[in-house]
Amino acid sequence: MSAVPDTIPLQQRLAARGVDGLTLLVLPAVLFLLALFVYPFLYGLVLSFNPKSGGALANYTKFFSDSFLYGTIATTLWLALPVTLLTLLFAVPIAFRVRLLQHQRLLTTLLVIPITLGTVLVAQGLLNYLGPQGWFNRTLLTLGLISTPIKLLHNYWGVMLSLVITGFPFTFLLTLSYLSGIDPALERAAATLGAGPWQRFKTIMFPLLLPGLAITFCLSFVQAFSVFPSAVLLGAPAGPTRVISIAAYQAAFEEYDYSMASAVAMIMGVVQLGIVVLVLSARGLLYRGPAGGGKG
Amino acid sequence: MVADTRLSTKLWAAANWAVIGFFLLNLLGMIATVVTSSFATRWLGTWFPAGWTIRWYSAAWAEFQLDEVLSVTFQIVFLVVLLSGLIGVPAAYALARREFPGKRLVMLLFLLPLLVPPITFGIPLATVLYRLGLAGQMSGVVLANLVPTVPFVILVMIPFIEQIDTKIEAAARVFGANTFKLFVHVLLPLLMPGILASLLLVLVRTIAMFELTFLTAGPTSQTLVVALYYAVFAAGVRAVQSIDAMAVVYMVTTLIWLVIALRFVNPTQIVGRGGRR
Repeated sequence: MSAVPDTIPLQQRLAARGVDGLTLLVLPAVLFLLALFVYPFLYGLVLSFNPKSGGALANYTKFFSDSFLYGTIATTLWLALPVTLLTLLFAVPIAFRVRLLQHQRLLTTLLVIPITLGTVLVAQGLLNYLGPQGWFNRTLLTLGLISTPIKLLHNYWGVMLSLVITGFPFTFLLTLSYLSGIDPALERAAATLGAGPWQRFKTIMFPLLLPGLAITFCLSFVQAFSVFPSAVLLGAPAGPTRVISIAAYQAAFEEYDYSMASAVAMIMGVVQLGIVVLVLSARGLLYRGPAGGGKG
Repeated sequence: MVADTRLSTKLWAAANWAVIGFFLLNLLGMIATVVTSSFATRWLGTWFPAGWTIRWYSAAWAEFQLDEVLSVTFQIVFLVVLLSGLIGVPAAYALARREFPGKRLVMLLFLLPLLVPPITFGIPLATVLYRLGLAGQMSGVVLANLVPTVPFVILVMIPFIEQIDTKIEAAARVFGANTFKLFVHVLLPLLMPGILASLLLVLVRTIAMFELTFLTAGPTSQTLVVALYYAVFAAGVRAVQSIDAMAVVYMVTTLIWLVIALRFVNPTQIVGRGGRR
């Protein structure tokens, strides 16, 4: 009797823990990501500690002692955080509105169009549209709202607007889908008990939506944080919109200092993941029970 | 919802519609300027151009070698779509059906490429690909683009697979189907809508993916987005109108695919399923 565990073949013992031929189907994907995501990341990390000259920390010391370099962190955050908050601020009421519509498909499609445009086309469009002779300024001048064209390009605002345009559809879609996951019966019950629209939003819908909003915030923030083409084309890449990805790109492909570029990429990852972790751990403090009827 | 006729509610609704209208108006205005400009002879300081022409399209086509750029773009996108489906769908199936030690770690591995901006992992990745001699050619661009699309397919497909009743698979097994037969005859037909939806979204994403292609592409492996970026970046040398013509070609290309994608799937469903994980 004592030999029983040995007589069970390895295959069956593994199967009991959930590992069998079928489980192995996950292997190609895992190996692929280990080779092309984890390995390059570790390679970059090691590379960043092997600078062209100086000790192991030379790249990082250089980055944090040069305001032209470390300033890019603040510049990037100063773009990415307001843009993320702004798109959320627009997306929540609009999602609440769209949710009530009978034919939401057409409006949803219209609002989603910017996803297909790509940052480069949006940049090109904004250069035409918002320029001093563009339709936007022209309309405002004709209406007499302004006396000289507003300068919206090659500064902070140009980049900010393009990020809002490309980021909004994504934020909106995520918010809408989280919102449709909340059981409408909850809101109806509150209404039956006499709660007004604002009260229903404040005490029922918003708290239930918050965990979803935290995820939406993270995903939108990741997109806004990596701003690159629009910062070059619409902003002032030497000054007010010199974002961290420009610094990384210049180190890699203009100075051919891959070690420094990796260091900048690592700093970028740490800052960006830091904020994501912060938001997600704050989410852990929120209500995490079921918000919908049936399948979640 | 309970009908609400209070003034404050109506005002709030009106304000919402005003914001939606303002956004759409400016968006359409922005797109319209690009389209108008691409058909304009001379357009300086007036509401509309002095005359109309289609010659910028032939100019852009010749100047930017668009036939080559488009064929490269579609080869790259096709390979990315095919490979991310081949790698992603089986992995999603295993993750949806089996609990195994280390599964949470594997899920994290698939989530991270979507949580880190492309340019952050793109720079070390491009460095490695250059060392291997793969960057600068098509294979490097395809490999780089697969890094976010494989996890994307997996995360979108898992809920689709979970919806399929395991009894159907059990029945097929009883009748003697092996895993491969099960896949081809039972799962593939049932999963088709989900696979098509996720692959179409991969297609749209890959056409629009600027950073990874930009970091790994050489002169002969540029996709349309990257070629467009270089055209704008070197502006001044070229007529604005021919760049705009190219931008319109780009927009039409992606828009066609998005409309097809939306016929198959409601966009809120797909993001919701993917995002709720």
